[in-house]
Amino acid sequence: MATQSITVTVNGQAYTRDVEPRLLLVHLIRDELGLTGTHIGCDTSHCGACTVLLDGKSIKACTFLAVQANGRNVQTIEGLAEGAALHPLQEGFHEKHGLQCGFCTPGMIMRAVEMLERNPTPSEEDIRWGISGNLCRCTGYVNIIKAIQYAADKMAEPAEAN
Amino acid sequence: MAPRTSEKICGMGHSMKRKEDARFLRGKGNYVDDISLPGMLYMAIVRSPFAYAKIKSINTDAALAIPGVLAVIDGPTLAQYNLHWMPTLMSDTQMVLPTDTVMYQSQEVCAVIATDRYSAADGVDAVEVDYEPMQAMVTPWQSMESGAPLLRPDKEGQKDNCAWSWQHGNKESTDQAFASADVVVRQKMHIPRIHVASIETCGCVADFDPGTGQLTVYMTTQAPHAIRTVVALVAGHVGLSEEKIRIISPDIGGGFGGKVPVYPGYVIAIAASVVIGKPVKWIEDRTENLQADSFARDYHMDCELAASNEGRIQAMRIHTTADYGYTDAAANPSKFPAGLFSICTGSYDMDTAHLDMDAVYTNKPPGGIAYRCSFRVTEAVHAIERMVDVLAQRLGRDPADLRIQNFIQPDQFPYQSPMGWEYDSGNYEGALRKAMDMVGYDDLRREQAEKRARGEYMGIGISSFTEIVGAGPSREFDILGIKMFDSCELRIHPTGKALARFGTKSQGQGHETTYAQIIAEELGIPALHIQVEEGDTDTAPYGLGTYASRSTPTAGAAAAKAARKVRAKARKIAAHLLEVSEDDLEWEPGVFTVKGAPDRSTTIQDIALAAYTNHPQGLEAGLEAVHYYDPPNLTFPFGSYICVVDIDRGTGQVHIRRFVAVDDCGNIINPMIVEGQVHGGLTQGLAPAMYESLIYDEDGNILNGTFMDYLVPTAVETPHWETSHTITPCPHHPLGAKGVGESATVGAPPAIVNAVVDALSPLGVTHMEIPITPPAVWKILNDHGVAE
Repeated sequence: MATQSITVTVNGQAYTRDVEPRLLLVHLIRDELGLTGTHIGCDTSHCGACTVLLDGKSIKACTFLAVQANGRNVQTIEGLAEGAALHPLQEGFHEKHGLQCGFCTPGMIMRAVEMLERNPTPSEEDIRWGISGNLCRCTGYVNIIKAIQYAADKMAEPAEAN
Repeated sequence: MAPRTSEKICGMGHSMKRKEDARFLRGKGNYVDDISLPGMLYMAIVRSPFAYAKIKSINTDAALAIPGVLAVIDGPTLAQYNLHWMPTLMSDTQMVLPTDTVMYQSQEVCAVIATDRYSAADGVDAVEVDYEPMQAMVTPWQSMESGAPLLRPDKEGQKDNCAWSWQHGNKESTDQAFASADVVVRQKMHIPRIHVASIETCGCVADFDPGTGQLTVYMTTQAPHAIRTVVALVAGHVGLSEEKIRIISPDIGGGFGGKVPVYPGYVIAIAASVVIGKPVKWIEDRTENLQADSFARDYHMDCELAASNEGRIQAMRIHTTADYGYTDAAANPSKFPAGLFSICTGSYDMDTAHLDMDAVYTNKPPGGIAYRCSFRVTEAVHAIERMVDVLAQRLGRDPADLRIQNFIQPDQFPYQSPMGWEYDSGNYEGALRKAMDMVGYDDLRREQAEKRARGEYMGIGISSFTEIVGAGPSREFDILGIKMFDSCELRIHPTGKALARFGTKSQGQGHETTYAQIIAEELGIPALHIQVEEGDTDTAPYGLGTYASRSTPTAGAAAAKAARKVRAKARKIAAHLLEVSEDDLEWEPGVFTVKGAPDRSTTIQDIALAAYTNHPQGLEAGLEAVHYYDPPNLTFPFGSYICVVDIDRGTGQVHIRRFVAVDDCGNIINPMIVEGQVHGGLTQGLAPAMYESLIYDEDGNILNGTFMDYLVPTAVETPHWETSHTITPCPHHPLGAKGVGESATVGAPPAIVNAVVDALSPLGVTHMEIPITPPAVWKILNDHGVAE
């Protein structure tokens, strides 16, 4: 099948690859670039395990073609921590026991990154609707909500200090 | 209860943050689809569009012409190696690939092997299969009709479509009790077919090395050791010998019982790797997962309770028709075809009970696995907890009051149930009273009375369940003959750190943390420095795996016992180091001190070093122990849940306003993790109560085989769970602990149903089938002219 050359920036690094036009972004990320933190949990865009940020906006990478990401910026879970320092959301999920098997966690966190950017002070109801495109089978969501609230509080701290 | 150890040691009772989180939070987990081996091929499966059909021909020419497609494996190919059939864990049989007939929609027909995922998918599209469809039998009633075609002619002596029949309890005394009872209540109920739908689907990478004859299989399994033995038994005749088989269960993205069985895909991938000599990856997609992997439940129960006019429950009787699909592919202990369904007398002190059951074959996917429950306990709890409410309604009694009247009392433990179980410990009224206090039961009943007067529908539902988990004692419990012990191998390193390996396998339960805490409790080594490993059959001691809430009851106990063996040796070394007799030493976690001389002591770290540098003459060097724990009994966790619902008269929507869960799992190892398990379990109780069921049409076509319409609850549907606990230690477990992972899944559904029925009871409603959907509720409201 004919291929097309694309350049996608993932977690700040530019990758150029010849890909089939039908290649899904999630397979580019996982199989071509070896970034396996982004998961696949369904084939109908319902579970959200494959959620990544595209130019800062959360998308489901299982329903997005790699060629559509040409020239754009992708951020995955691997690009979230700064060295040893976890992102407040990663810290929140650890502190509040917001993960069990860990499979939905990267997608859930990437979704929450965008959600907190849009709404830094979400209510419980806001969070529930905000993550309603991401399924978790282990936690019952209670602790995920607490984790996101923890991160929101933590991210608000420096602003208050300034 | 305050923890005995310091925060630094982090033994039992500390809400230690999980050790396994670090890799998952950074996207560095290692799930099966993350594994990539040099030269790895991909497998994709062609599945049947029909529920019951003859295969007339399979044409693979077009598929094989696709660049990248290397081979198509079908039933006749496997038949050459006698690998086209396999045993199920229930000693039934199942096709790996069919040679002539398909028995359910989405059954594996053949498999395409290709150099990459996309070519394999192209190959699946290009395979042409010519079918001759037959009329499927979709319900057990159809397949039990006289003259129904025989679905399993492959089974010797099979005369009809009954897989097996089973009965338990005392029929004579039960029938007598019913004949003479003041009150008999009866209710039929169906526990629908559902699917665990872990967010990670199933899959494997099979890697056969033709040079060494070694087979390594990375696979989504909850029970790697059992799988190794099964592979050796099934494929021994083609040269796969158990010492050459290594099963690695990497990080597992949720199991819930769905990753216990052996699916045809695993076997085909292994066969493909052996034949081709290269690693083969097979990862099912969600549609395949929902449509073909083991289902749970599908019990049609006809339940009866006998009671006195005063409300004393005397006897229970249940006839069940169980739909097993095409084969019994459950994963129950061998001697328990209906699992632990006989826990159905629940928390109540009744005189006698009797069960009988017919298991029936149909043209639906095989299974009968657990969906986060200990072998059919959910069905049992639904039966008793619904029936107590049916009785309360008949007698005009408050359901809490009727429960309290009938509870087994704390001084009756160990309690012999009429079904032959010995309940270990319990305080059922304590848990229910606590839940009632938390929810404000009396105030809610007052509020309900006011609302009823205004024509509003509000309901309060209770479930006071008793679980039965931790299989199990070797005298009764085995799978394919392998006894259901579990194991821990513990090594203490010279610097006082530890490595512990287990026969279980976490799928999110947090074993790396809780097992470390158990050993920390017993040895005083900080849990942070105790490395826990599971899932690699080459390194871990043999065990039966993680399901049925068995990890803490079995492997957790093994950890404590192994640590105590280490401590016994440590005591000898300490006596040597301190130059006193062993009897003169006192133990505090991490330190031996000479009695009466508090300044003379030695730490577990000093002792560990001495074990390798200065061990006493006559004692072996090193500090290690292995323990295989054979539990003397099962554990019987329990709890009381109260659900409060408001019903929308316009839409029929049920709004869960409050849900209070009080659990008792004995002594708690990590309260944070226990609470997390309860949250997850409650959500998987909510799911079948209100959202999930696998629906088939009259031709056996699944109508909701994707996440588009198989409704896994999102954060929006899931209520805010309110949890608490009581502690009634287990008398026979070394740590006083019981299993907890499944209690909430088992206990939650009847609380929800009881609440909805309670809300609608002024309309004469006495029962509702699950899932309770808005249309079902709205229909009742509308039929009574009260819909808005």
